[in-house]
Amino acid sequence: MGLLCVLTLTALASNWQKLAEDGLHDPTNPALKLLQDPTESLSVLPPDSTGNKVDWIRALQNGDIKPRSNILEQLEDEILDLDVLIMAAGSAPIVRFPHKAHTEWLDCSNCHEHLFKSKAGATQFTMLDILQGEYCGTCHGAVSFPLTECNRCHSVDPDEANRIQREMATAKAEADDKQ
Amino acid sequence: MNQFLPPRQRAVLTALVLFFVAGDWLGQSTQAEYGDVVINNYSDDAGMRPVVFPHWFHRIRYRCKVCHGDLGFEFKAGGNDINMLKIIDGEYCGACHNGEHAWAVENCDVCHSAKPGTPTQVHESTLQKLIAPVDRP
Repeated sequence: MGLLCVLTLTALASNWQKLAEDGLHDPTNPALKLLQDPTESLSVLPPDSTGNKVDWIRALQNGDIKPRSNILEQLEDEILDLDVLIMAAGSAPIVRFPHKAHTEWLDCSNCHEHLFKSKAGATQFTMLDILQGEYCGTCHGAVSFPLTECNRCHSVDPDEANRIQREMATAKAEADDKQ
Repeated sequence: MNQFLPPRQRAVLTALVLFFVAGDWLGQSTQAEYGDVVINNYSDDAGMRPVVFPHWFHRIRYRCKVCHGDLGFEFKAGGNDINMLKIIDGEYCGACHNGEHAWAVENCDVCHSAKPGTPTQVHESTLQKLIAPVDRP
């Protein structure tokens, strides 16, 4: 049983390279021993299959990590629970952009208005732009989950998206009628 | 040979073999941490190791907006004109790395820790993986 525990722990540890062996840090640097190895802090967080092998959204929502929101100014947390559907996805499933998961980490001004206009559909971009590190690719593919995870964004069936859109249009028409 | 081993030992042996095969495969599939940023704007020329900024370490403690909002870091590796003078003046890394909040600038090797000659990049980024370096045979 003990052996199995050791095996499991070691297998988990192999998700993350030691700094001295990661091919990036200089192993001859005498200060390297002062730095924390990723395994120590990442192995206890909710797992994921890619990137840092950590589900950062769940880690924050579970309270496993409690990252600060500001250093200098009093940046208030402005959580926006609003999903945006991006319909122009070619033959791929529609993109659902969840504001909530993003505003838990970022300030509105990090994306608006220079990367994305606030009006849905007003910013035109393609997957090629994203793969080149623009728009969503500013973070996804660099530090947020990588661009090989197609289905995490392209997640809504077109029929379902059409139904949601019709409902939204009806609700808007009703609201306009009342005015 | 396995037939001479009792079932319990056979299970342990199988687990060991699987572990080493899987461990080896997993070990090869990952390199430095996803999102580690190498900053080599001036380091090589100054005879210092380039800087490794570990995103994973910092995002456990700070939300993205702290550095990319409050402190003015652009969302681009090498896109900030950071130098040691600015850091000592409390800009960029120096907002925290001042000996009060986090370790101070005299601990050069703790940040300047990459192999010499490593170019500015976001390590393991999709872009880096998709585009083959031109100097590679």
